[in-house]
Parts: sequence; structure tokens; C-alpha cells
Amino acid sequence: MSGDMTFALKQLRSAWRAGEIRVLLFALVLAVAAMTAVGFFADRIESALGRQGGMLLGGDLVVVSDRLLPEEFTAEAHKLGLRVAQTMEFPSMIMLGEEGRLAEIKAVSPTYPLRGRLTIADEPFGDARKADGVPAPGEIWIEPRLASLLGAKKGDALAVGERQLKVAAILQEEPARGGDMFSIAPRLMMNANDVASTGLIQYGSRVRYRLLLAGEPAALDEFRQWAQGRLERGSRIEDVSGARPEIRSALEKSRQFLGLASMASVILSMVAMSLAGLRYVRRHLDTCALMRCFGASQNRILQVFLVQAFVLGFAGSLLGCLFGFAAQEVLARLAGGLFLEKLPAPGWTPAFGGLLAGMAAMLGVMLPHLLRLRGVPALRILRKDLGENAVVSWLAWLPGIAVMLGLVFWSARDAKLGWIVLGGLVALLLVACAVAAGTGYLLRQVAATSGGTWRVGIANLLQRPGVGIAQVAGFSLGLMAMALLTIVRGDLLDNWHASLPPDAPNRFVINIQPSQMESMRQFFVQEQLAPPEIFPMVRGRLVAINDHPLDTGRYVDERARRLAEREWNLSVAETMQKDNRIVAGRWWTASERGQTLISLEEGIATTLGIKLGDRLTYDIGGQRIDLKIQSLRKVEWDSMRANFFAVTPPGVLEKFPASYITSFHLPAGREDVLNRLVRSQPNLTIIDVEAILAQLRGIMDRMTLAVEFVFAFCMLTGIAVLYAALSATQDERIREVAVLRVFGASRRQVRATVLVEFAGIGLLAGLVATIGASLLAWVISDRLLQIPYAFNPWLAMLTIGAGLLLVPAAAWLGVRRIVHVSPRQVLQSV
Amino acid sequence: MVPDSQENIEIEATGLSKHVTSSEGELAILSDFSCRVLGGETVAILGASGSGKSTLLGLLAGLDVPSAGRVIFRSEDLAQLDEDGRAALRGRHMGFVFQSFQLLPSLTALENVLLPLELAGVADADERARAALERVGLTPRLTHYPRQLSGGEQQRVAIARAFAPRPSILFADEPTGNLDAATGQRIIDLLFGLNAESGTTLVLVTHDATLAERCGRRLHLEGGRLKQ
Repeated sequence: MSGDMTFALKQLRSAWRAGEIRVLLFALVLAVAAMTAVGFFADRIESALGRQGGMLLGGDLVVVSDRLLPEEFTAEAHKLGLRVAQTMEFPSMIMLGEEGRLAEIKAVSPTYPLRGRLTIADEPFGDARKADGVPAPGEIWIEPRLASLLGAKKGDALAVGERQLKVAAILQEEPARGGDMFSIAPRLMMNANDVASTGLIQYGSRVRYRLLLAGEPAALDEFRQWAQGRLERGSRIEDVSGARPEIRSALEKSRQFLGLASMASVILSMVAMSLAGLRYVRRHLDTCALMRCFGASQNRILQVFLVQAFVLGFAGSLLGCLFGFAAQEVLARLAGGLFLEKLPAPGWTPAFGGLLAGMAAMLGVMLPHLLRLRGVPALRILRKDLGENAVVSWLAWLPGIAVMLGLVFWSARDAKLGWIVLGGLVALLLVACAVAAGTGYLLRQVAATSGGTWRVGIANLLQRPGVGIAQVAGFSLGLMAMALLTIVRGDLLDNWHASLPPDAPNRFVINIQPSQMESMRQFFVQEQLAPPEIFPMVRGRLVAINDHPLDTGRYVDERARRLAEREWNLSVAETMQKDNRIVAGRWWTASERGQTLISLEEGIATTLGIKLGDRLTYDIGGQRIDLKIQSLRKVEWDSMRANFFAVTPPGVLEKFPASYITSFHLPAGREDVLNRLVRSQPNLTIIDVEAILAQLRGIMDRMTLAVEFVFAFCMLTGIAVLYAALSATQDERIREVAVLRVFGASRRQVRATVLVEFAGIGLLAGLVATIGASLLAWVISDRLLQIPYAFNPWLAMLTIGAGLLLVPAAAWLGVRRIVHVSPRQVLQSV
Repeated sequence: MVPDSQENIEIEATGLSKHVTSSEGELAILSDFSCRVLGGETVAILGASGSGKSTLLGLLAGLDVPSAGRVIFRSEDLAQLDEDGRAALRGRHMGFVFQSFQLLPSLTALENVLLPLELAGVADADERARAALERVGLTPRLTHYPRQLSGGEQQRVAIARAFAPRPSILFADEPTGNLDAATGQRIIDLLFGLNAESGTTLVLVTHDATLAERCGRRLHLEGGRLKQ
């Protein structure tokens, strides 16, 4: 074997020198580079987005507990190299003179926040600036709402428990503000060192302790695992994905898009490699025949070529990883400046993955080709036609297909997406083969009645039906991957932009009493603001499901238990809100007014294990009501509009005490409206979500950029890979052109021949790709990303046009130079 | 025409036939061919294009299997061996020179000559290859690729490659078919000179009567049959 190894390596070196493996190596390097670049970049963007999301949380990971966490938690975090901050939150009455208000106090350690920032101002709604640290000992920062309720201003001393603390600033923005936005009192932030001296925390006080952590993903994972087993009841770990539904939804979508882009690069690469493998085989048929002639056994030939494929695979993958790393670094530098923080360092997983994937792809793709080489008869030395179309058992293609499936799933990072795309791929391949075969028949009819260059071009197409089908399938896949990305990217970005329009509501008003409805409307008219929609809200506790008393202890999941235990905000609606979508059952009709029906948000139903048709019993202020689930709704939480988990038809909840809620958009610079509103109706609570909205917009903007960057990179890779695929079949074209030249064909005739052949291939590929991409995009948008899909005829025409124009143009570019060279020289070179 | 000697038989072919099936029915390329070739003998197989010469050469060298009949090479029945067995036999005993040279375009002259030696695991492959190329006068062209060599030079590389492993029998298929008369003549001189030096059996397929004249024995094929 070692002799064979040396022999194989020497042959490989010679083949390299002669330029025979460059296209194959190029395709492999590009494949691995694309996979790893997207992988590396997606990894970094993902963790950067996580951190961006972490800004809403104040850290990457938070341990929340209703008891003081044991010291070992902080010690372990320090041991793992994580940064740590602590907060305590508890409600308390705050006094200014005789005026008292309930405030939500947050005492923070000096390192708070680990992610995101605090912004403060000197007066309510005044010019905000980034805070330098946290309130100093003896000082506090208060929210505009508290300042307005107490009539306090900067410099006043407020009584916080047994202490008098000085208002040093008005708190405008803080991470993690929001949460359950309907039940929060205004914020007062103080230094954690002052808490003991206020005497506010006594045995039995309702305090929420938070340990915030930030650092490398691996260390965070390790901490999470360590902590999981040590958490007592009443403690839980939160990360950004669990923190806010609107962020989770946006993060999920961008992750899925990056997965899709990564998958597209895998598909493109495998296509290019497979076609490059074809060329490699054709160039080695004679070598194998000669080796057989000189006494090499079939297995020896297979060994020699396997060694070559292995070495080539390793070298190509390594090189691809390096290029991929360099490319993602460039991408990261371009995109990095757009993030608030530096992009986190890439992990090593994509490198190992790329190396393994490259090797697997090389061996998987090359196996059928190598088996063909193994079967080349020695007699080919005397009869050139032998071995040209050797058929390999379909079993030989299985490893390559398995590798492709594996890589597609690996890069999809989402099983559902993987299955959808795979199903689409199989269907597309079948369609491509059928279309190519059917068109072959049609072309034969056309060729019989046409002459000159048309006949030669068509004859070239028909001459090797296998290669023709492979080319159509290859180009179709390549074009489809690119078209698919274009469609999904457009839909995704449109959807994001639509979900947060410039006039998205940025203020919520809660606690509106029925008697204030009319005056509220008038107030908006007076202020020349559009009167907003006002929703009733009845607070009730879920006590039974299908007459079985609710046992919250049966929920193992902490989140489910919390959801089940807390009070629900039940609302009433005659028609469904625009950003809701029915996923099961149906919305009520006008005739069902007054019937005890309910519509639930599907996520909460799943978490609590509730189904369509179940009966829920709520306790509302001591009275019980039974409601039957008539529909489940998908809610676009990222729309930032008032939305409800539970809604009933009109005429059901009217007998219960209700308060009302509304949301509206307050244009920048009109903050004075808020002061007037609070002054005229002092019981109202205004919640300012402008800061959250700005953070959310910032995150979406960055995700949009990330998506655009990865998209552009995939497009470039796609074009390069298609070109590689084209040059893989270039030898035959060059030979044909040389023969045509021998017989005196003019440059124009040669060009027409090439163009006819490849326009045929390109047109078919464009058609198949358009159909495949449109169908797949529809399934992906509808089933996975859950965004509306609209067929884009322009893009369809563009894809077909690209196939029809680019494929022949690129083919012509590849052979153009030959018309200037003597045919003899050309024939000797291939 | 078959020699009487029972000793030192290199190849014995008996009742060889080769048929192929095409859309026009069955076509006989070679019919009922028998002959014996003795060790050290030089035999020319003569015939017009399409007379079945190359097919016969393929069958005698075990590159192809007959439709009927058998070939015994050095007491081994080629039909009893599988493809790999026949390949191993070729590797040990046979050399080839082809009309179209069959040099690998990606290998230099030296590497082309090295190919059969390395496949056979010959220890001093490099020296033998260099010596073979020196013998055909191509030492200055060792690192040249086939496309950088003239037709005559390419065939000289092919001859060096054929003789380097020291085969007991050499099959040559129209060795001058792609060359002009003068170059062809020089190639023939070289081929016969080397053959004489090494005592190799030579089976040469040609349609050139003058070339055939230089062989010890001539077999004429016509329409796939041996002309008596």
C-alpha cells in the first residue's frame, strides 16, 4: 500500500502540474470556504445578536430567584471567567414630603449593566445621555413617570425606607425594562450598597434577586449546566430567547435565514464538485486504461484514486477553511462596525465542521466517479469509445447523497427547514430530469428540420443525454438556490419593516376607567393625534381546565407554571386584530355574540397543554366563568401593538369590572402631551416603550444588515460555483469547437453553436429553477418563517433570463480564446 | 504456416472468433483464427483497414475476450483468468506500442516511462526509465510533456516505455501509422534494434508491406480470416 501511496501522490502531483485537478480543487475550496465563511459569520452574528438581545436583559444569562442566591453561584461564574452583576427588585412606597407613590425599586451593583446601557437626563423627557456607571451611594435615579407623580425634580431628596436619597438624574432607558409591562410601577434605581441602610428588606419581603452574567458562549453554557442542578424552587435561568417574545421571533427568523443561506452554499458547492468530478473522470479514463494495460488490478486503480481524492479533499478543505476564515473576517469587519459592540471571536466549530464536510463531500461526490474509473476496460487503449459512458450502480451515489443530506441538515440548524428544502430538492431533481429528457425529444424533432449551427448546437445537447441532464439539473439547482435566497430575503425584510413601521405605537396607556373613555378620545382630538383603539381588559385567574381544577404543580416547566399561576388579561374583540392569524378553529361570527367562547394564543396553549375545544374556567373577582376554546391564534409579538393571550366575543365579559388599555404613536418632540395627559387624568399610567422600540429597531436593522451581507456573499459564491461547474465540461466544448474550426467554421458560426447549446441548457435550468424556488419559498415562508408569500413575476423572469443569458455567455467566455489558436494545438491540449 | 516446433511457445491461439451485435444484426470481426508464436519470433499481422488486425491484437494480449476459441499465453489459458488476472499477466510479460502513442498528457516523458515500472514496483525504476530514454536518444527531453514533443519523439517515448519493464513479448499496433515516412523508418529501425538486443518476441500489426517484410513471419488477414 505504501508503494501505491507514493505512486498515487506522484500521479496527483503530475495531474496538478498539468492543471487537471484545478477545477475540482477550486470547486472544493470554494465549497468549503462558503460553508465555513457562512458558518463562522453566522456563528458570530448569532452570538452578537444574542448579545444585542442581551442588552434587553442586561446580560447574556440571568439567574432569577426570589431568595438571595448562595455565594457559590458568583464564585463559579468568576471561576469560569464570566463578568457578574447583581440586582435586587422590590416594590416600596416612596415619599416626597407628604406625597407617596408605589415604586418598583431596583438596587444595582456597580458593574450593572453587563450588556446595553443606562441613559439618564436632567429633567423628564429631557436630553438623554449615556450614564457613566450606576447611581452613587446616597443617590437615586427615577423614571419620568415617578417624577411626575411625585412632582419631584433633580436634587430633591426622597424618603426610601429609613433613608433620604437624593435624585441625581431622571432615568430614561434601562435594559430589561418592559417585562410584564402592564403591572409595573415606575422605576427607582439605587445603589445596592444603600439597600441595607434603608431597612426595606426584612424577612418575608418580596424581593426578586438577579445574578447577571456575560462572557463567552462556552463558559455561559458551562455555567448553565452547573447551575441547572443547583436551582431551588423559585429560581430560574433566563436568556435572551426566553426574555422577550418579539426578540425571540426575530432572532429565530434570522437564524433560519442564515441556515438557509448556508444550505444554499452547500448545495451549490456539491453541484459544482459533482460536475468538476465529471471532468476529472473524463480526463483520467485513458490513464486508467493504460494502467490496466500495464497490469494494474481494478482495486489497485480504486486505491490509487481514493488516495488522491483523500489528499485532494484534505488539502482543498484546509485551504477552503483558511479562505472561509479570511472571508468571514472581511465580512465581520464590514458588518462589525454596524454593531454596537465588537463582534465576538469566532468559535472553532465551523473550522472542524468545514474540514470534515469538505472531506466527506469530496469522497462522497467522487465515489461514483472513481467506481467508473475502476471499471474502465484495458481495451479502451484500442477503442476510444469504451469506458466513456460506463454506468455505475445507483448505490454508488448513496454516500454522496447521504453526505449532502447530512450537510444540508447540519447547516440548516433547523430540522423542519432541512426537511422542507430536501423535499424541494428531490422534487426539483426529478422535474429537472423529466424536463431535460422531454426536451431532448422535442429538440430531436427541431434538429431534424433545422440546419447549420442550430443542428450542431442541438446535436451537442443530444449527443450525451446523461451529461445534458446532469448539466440542466446542476444549473437548475444553482439558480434555484440563488433565486430562493432572493425571494425569502425579500419577504423576510419586507415583513420585518412592516412589523415595525415608523409610526408603530410607542406609548401604552393602562388603567383607563370606563368613565374616561370619552374624555380620552377628546383629549387625542384636542392634541391633534389620531384617537387610538381602546381595548377592555378584565383580570382573571385560570382555575380549571375541562372542569379539572388547575394543578400548577403538574407543570414541570418553570415558565408554564408561572404562566398558569399569574393573572390573565382577558380582552374582548368583535373582529380579530390585523397582526393575528388563526392557526386552528375559527373566529366568531356576529351571531355568536354573547356566547361563552374564547380565542387563545397558540404558544400559551401549547405551553399549558390546552387544545381547541377545551373548556377553561376563570375566576374573575370571585365569580367564575366557563369559556370554550373556539380558536387558536398566532400573534405577531414583534409588532409591539397591544395583544392578548385570551380574547372573548363581545357580550361575555361586560358584567365584570374592566379597565381599558390603549397604545398610540407619539411623534418625537411631543413629549409634553404626556405631562398634560397625566395632569388631566392622574389615575392613568403611561408606559414608555420608545426605548424598547428603539432597541428592537436597532436589532432588526443589524439583523437586516447581517442577512444582506450573507445574502450578497452567497450570491457571489453561487456565481463563482456555477462558473466552476461550467468549466467542468469545458474540454468537450473546446474539442468540438476545434473540430468545427478544422472544417472551416467561422467565428460567428462557432459562437452560434456554443450559444444555441447553452441557451438551451440555461433556459431549461432557469425554468426549472423558477418553479422550484417559487414553490420552496412559498412553503418556507408559509410553514416556517410564517410570513406572507407573494409570487414575484419579475424575479421569475430574471431567473429565467439569467439562465438564458448568463449560462451561454459564460460558456462562450470559456471557449472564446480557442478560436485564435490553431485547432491542432487545441486538440493536443485536451 | 504454423511452425512445427512444440517448444518455447509464447502464444497459442485456437479457433479465435469475435462477433459484435449491432442494429444491423451480428457482425463477425474475426473468424476461426489459429496461430502459434514462438519466443523471440517477430510476427507481422498484415491486412487492410477493417480486416480485424487490431481486434486480433487485443485478443492475443488479453485486452479483450473472444466470442469463441481460446488463447494460451505461456501455458496460461487467458479465458480462465479474470480481468485482474489478465492485467497481472500483462504487467509481468507484455509491452505495448500504439499507433496514437497513448502517452498521458499530464506526465512528462520520464514519468510516462516510469508509469509501468512503478506499477510493477520495480526497485530501480528511475534509473531504468532514464536508461530507456537514453537508449531512444531522448535524454535532453526527460522533463518535456507530450504536447512539447514531435510525433516521432512521442513514439520514441512510447517505445522506451514499452521496453523499460523488459517484457517477454511486445505488441505493436501500427507503430508508424501516425508518422511521416522518414520518421516512421527511424522508429522501425529503433524498434527492431531494441527487439534484437533484448530478444523480445514481437507481434506487429500493420498494413505496411515493407514494414512487414522486416519480420520473420507474416500473417495476412482478410475479412477477419487468416489468408492461407
